[in-house]
Amino acid sequence: MSTDKMFGEYGGQFVPESLMPAIEELTDAYERYVLDNEDGFMDEFRRRLADFGGRPLPLQRADALSDRYDTEVYLKREDLLHGGAHKLNNALGQVLLAKYMGKERIVAETGAGQHGTATAMAAAHLDMPCEVYMGETDIRRQRPNVFRMKINGAEITPVTTGRGTLKEAISETMRDWATTVETTHYVIGSVVGPAPFPRMVRDFQSVISEEAREQVREKAGRLPDSVLACAGGGSNTMGTFHHFVGDDEVGLYAVEAGGSSLSVDEEEGVAPNSASLSTGEEGVLHGARTKLLQDSHGQIMESHSVSAGLDYAGVGPELAHLVDQDRVDAVNVDDDTALEAFHRLSQDEGVIPALETAHAFGYLEQHHEELGDLVVVNVSGRGDKDLETVLEETEKRDLDVAPDMSVLRDAAGGGGM
Amino acid sequence: MALERVFADEPAFVPYVAAGDPTYEESLEYVEALERGGADVIELGLPFSEPIAEGSTIQEAVVRSLEGGMTPDRYFEFVEELDVEVPLVCMTYYNLIAQYTHPETGETGPRAFAQRADEVGIEGFVVVDLPAEEAGPLRAACDEFGQDLVFIIAPTTKGERLERMQENVSGYVYVQARLGVTGARDDVSDQTEESLARVDDWDVPKAVGFGIKTGEHAERIVSAGADGIIVGSALVDIVAEGAESDRSVAETAERLESKARELKGGALAGGELAAAERSD
Repeated sequence: MSTDKMFGEYGGQFVPESLMPAIEELTDAYERYVLDNEDGFMDEFRRRLADFGGRPLPLQRADALSDRYDTEVYLKREDLLHGGAHKLNNALGQVLLAKYMGKERIVAETGAGQHGTATAMAAAHLDMPCEVYMGETDIRRQRPNVFRMKINGAEITPVTTGRGTLKEAISETMRDWATTVETTHYVIGSVVGPAPFPRMVRDFQSVISEEAREQVREKAGRLPDSVLACAGGGSNTMGTFHHFVGDDEVGLYAVEAGGSSLSVDEEEGVAPNSASLSTGEEGVLHGARTKLLQDSHGQIMESHSVSAGLDYAGVGPELAHLVDQDRVDAVNVDDDTALEAFHRLSQDEGVIPALETAHAFGYLEQHHEELGDLVVVNVSGRGDKDLETVLEETEKRDLDVAPDMSVLRDAAGGGGM
Repeated sequence: MALERVFADEPAFVPYVAAGDPTYEESLEYVEALERGGADVIELGLPFSEPIAEGSTIQEAVVRSLEGGMTPDRYFEFVEELDVEVPLVCMTYYNLIAQYTHPETGETGPRAFAQRADEVGIEGFVVVDLPAEEAGPLRAACDEFGQDLVFIIAPTTKGERLERMQENVSGYVYVQARLGVTGARDDVSDQTEESLARVDDWDVPKAVGFGIKTGEHAERIVSAGADGIIVGSALVDIVAEGAESDRSVAETAERLESKARELKGGALAGGELAAAERSD
């Protein structure tokens, strides 16, 4: 059994003792319901993903980008999933599993708010009470998703410790879970945390690559040369890569947030990036051994990205393992590149991507010549939630590609709004 | 092993404070005050930036200590500088142990950490996020240096897990009195007796922690069968109040000593009650 908890040297179950029985119970439920489809769990999950979630989702040829790069570029449109991001795949799976396990309450944490929104929607859909922990900083920069969670009936608990972002929200949710573990399921939002979460979340998200692999063969007649996905905790990445991992000829690129710089300020405990795969060191955080942004003493660093959804100091253990195995290339782009890509995709393709997703397109812009003739990029989510951030961050920069937003300022200044 | 000796004669009082809280110098005074108040073992916290098992009291103590520049090497200096006779147990989270590099040997990991701890006189460890399943490397290092590895038994721990922990534990077993995170409470959990019953046949002393605040709590827990009590948040609250209200170090130390005396006294009274019940 112990190998099942690990991906090479990464993974494991490093949690307070009070949580261990819940993790054993979850492992048992995962094996029975998800792996063995007991009581038709997976059939119900797939039916709900179709009827409630809107799957399957298209693989769209991006005509403008294909011309621009002289490369066949396909977009896997997870932004069209109900709720506007890939997160619903996992949230629906876990809330349904909690139901099968007889749990009475859902807790979750969220950074950008997409996971919280997906969990709140799934909980409303399946009639489960739901509490979402969210850092104060993230509440400020992701207001639309906070509204959506509230409207779906979730309780939002602000987390004020640390910098008030995802790392602190995860710690706070673990505290809640340790208190209420007998009746509550913690819907972890990414392929992180103690086993079996990384494997289970990957399984729920792997519907992305299952569809994409089939669709690209249908549309292009072959497998792609490269698959790109943005990587924060890694659920989007692992979901997009999983069914391609065995295809050695397909290059897999996990695009991290390079933030404003790849350097770190150890004195201040701050990394101005969230590139834990590219720059992190092995360590133990939130239940798993993985790659982390940490100082030389093992204290966890505050990370940074213009995208709240990538702003996390750790990454999923399986992804760390695949990078060590040279099966996945860990790459990154900075905030500016991601913002440019955000505007470019919006203008050229009529697809407003999440800022997370924009990192993958930023990498495509910079490295398309190395990625082969057929590239699939996962559009992990839509960018509506990021519009305020994009406006603010664009104004700080001199981006050629950005539209002139003065009409907004004029309208506001003229008292017309 | 070694730590069991302190539970042999009378119910033990095991206080916890975070090293370096609120400052390095003040903290030295506070740990020494706890010994004067009757501490039998001191659990000395080595602060980690993500203390997921702690409530707000200890979480804030961790922040104060880290902001004051506490690091694992500074912690070991702190222990060396402390003037106490009672055994010390290092309470921390696993990442600090996994990342530790011994300043002289250059070795990194649990063995290096245990060696350095041994050099400064630490006799055991409580590692909050290290369940028995993951404890192999640290257990081996503890055996090499003659240190104890204390495990926490939660109200949810049952069946095979209990057996696995029984095989791995030494020094004493930390019986978590209630589900949840650390923090002083106004009542004593009913889960305590049930939890104690589950480890009744273990041949290590049973120390109960989580939520104990007063001498009366201590008395009730020891009379229910505990060999000792572990108290953290109620003491850290005194440190925090001192820092916030600009109380003098001497006065905060005096309050800690007095609280320690109350808790130790409660434990002793509980022991007498238990003995009287046994002789009836």
